[in-house]
Amino acid sequence: MGTELGKYKLCVSARSADKEILKKAQDGGIVTQLFKYALEEGIIDGAIVAGPSDEPWRPRPFVATTVDELMLSRGTRYNISPNVSFIKEATRSYGLDRIGIVGTPCQMQAIRKAQLYPVGVRDVPDKIALAVGIICMENFPYQSIVQLVEDHAAMKLESVKKMEIGKGKFWVYGERGQVVQLPLKVTHKYEQPGCHVCLDYVANLADVSTGSVGSPDGWSTVFVRTKKGDDIWSKAIAAGCFETKPIEQVKPGLELVSKLANEKITKNQKTVEGRAKFGVDKALRNPYISPK
Amino acid sequence: MADKIKVGHVHMSGCTGCLVSLADNYGGLLTILDKYVDLVYGLTLADVRHIPKMDVALVEGSVCIQDRISVEEIRETREKAAVVVAVGGCASYGNITRFGRGGQPNQPQHESYLPVGDLIKVDVYIPGCAPTPQLIRNVCVMAYLLLKGNKEQQELAKKYLTPLMQLADRGTEACGCDLMYDIINQGLCMGCGSCASACPVRAITHEYGKPNVNREMCIKCGACYAQCPRSFFNFDVMNEFEGIMELIDGALA
Repeated sequence: MGTELGKYKLCVSARSADKEILKKAQDGGIVTQLFKYALEEGIIDGAIVAGPSDEPWRPRPFVATTVDELMLSRGTRYNISPNVSFIKEATRSYGLDRIGIVGTPCQMQAIRKAQLYPVGVRDVPDKIALAVGIICMENFPYQSIVQLVEDHAAMKLESVKKMEIGKGKFWVYGERGQVVQLPLKVTHKYEQPGCHVCLDYVANLADVSTGSVGSPDGWSTVFVRTKKGDDIWSKAIAAGCFETKPIEQVKPGLELVSKLANEKITKNQKTVEGRAKFGVDKALRNPYISPK
Repeated sequence: MADKIKVGHVHMSGCTGCLVSLADNYGGLLTILDKYVDLVYGLTLADVRHIPKMDVALVEGSVCIQDRISVEEIRETREKAAVVVAVGGCASYGNITRFGRGGQPNQPQHESYLPVGDLIKVDVYIPGCAPTPQLIRNVCVMAYLLLKGNKEQQELAKKYLTPLMQLADRGTEACGCDLMYDIINQGLCMGCGSCASACPVRAITHEYGKPNVNREMCIKCGACYAQCPRSFFNFDVMNEFEGIMELIDGALA
């Protein structure tokens, strides 16, 4: 295993010790539990999460300042919530001095860029108190989810209880107990194009990153990466917030995370290289080389 | 301290918001002036009438080409300064002064305002309206390390400043439209939301995961594009974010 998993101080399999959180959690309820602990302990004043909106399964960035508000955003929606668009607003309208934020690997990249090169986010860099990253292969536009669920899976979005990508399939679970699975071959073309140049699978730049891959059902794999992340994670463990198992003792384990990370990075690296020769003596932009 | 670098603030047509941003580093500014920087020129801060020789010129504002003194001063700045930094939207891209068309008292003939880069070569851009105190601070620390640091620090400073030099190289036009031309049209947008959060006039919203620019409201400051992680993303710097932030905090402690 090389750089595909990023730098990390520790990696475990974990789940929340709170039954209420687990009821609607995607897997181990790590993000909700960690933010709940940080909120209650005053480590963060609020968290930017993917909250509910007026359309079914369409998330919108939402600043949760109470545990009740946090609970509304449990689970994964598999479409875009521009959470980073709230990092300045959270310090202004909401008055947060210590921000928690959850996001995809690219959103963690955006957060770190905003801290190192804060072009338009005055006084925000020092206020990011806890950035939690989600393991991510790709994301979908909302309209893609509509088409996948309503056209391909032939279900009403309103009646969907849970969506999940795992074991090589896209799963849609209905409120009445029906389950539809779509092969990923079907979902690929609906992916957001911007995801195809992404070279990060496990949110390398987060304080703590987490996702289902590598851990048994109902559990999540957790990477603790930074000093900040380590500090908060170890306090949360001491406070009894999580059950944990050594990652070496669970199936399928870190090997699968590594394998998928390498698959994503290799495939997307090829896409990035292909863009250099996309036209006839004409290239598409490469953001990893220059802003030109 | 003999080892300080000489820095000047050159004020062209701008609102002084950039200078206020520099000052908004509060204690950090005092540390910068104590340890790293001799402020050798600055209309409001230093009693010096003519542009002296300096290591770094921080230029604020665009240049009114009908104002002879402004044009002379910007030409002189290029001669006297080893490194010219365009600080803020006006110096980098014209920003709100792009909309100027003269007619205002008491110099109604002053109607053409150009970004500094249209008249002289600019080495580094710090976009934003106003640029943030934190970015100005980071660039000041990195400029110091580049000129006075050890080999390792110079390497880091070079890596850090490279994209800001490339932005200066990229040109003097900016607009919310850049998000369409150079991000979405290029298949690079992933809907993170950075642009909306960077916009100083709230001209950008996100509709179904992609930015939507109200082009009537856009003041052409360039913040959205520069903030976007898909305009530039230098892994060699970003992967070291924790250490670099500690380094900058340490330098200002």
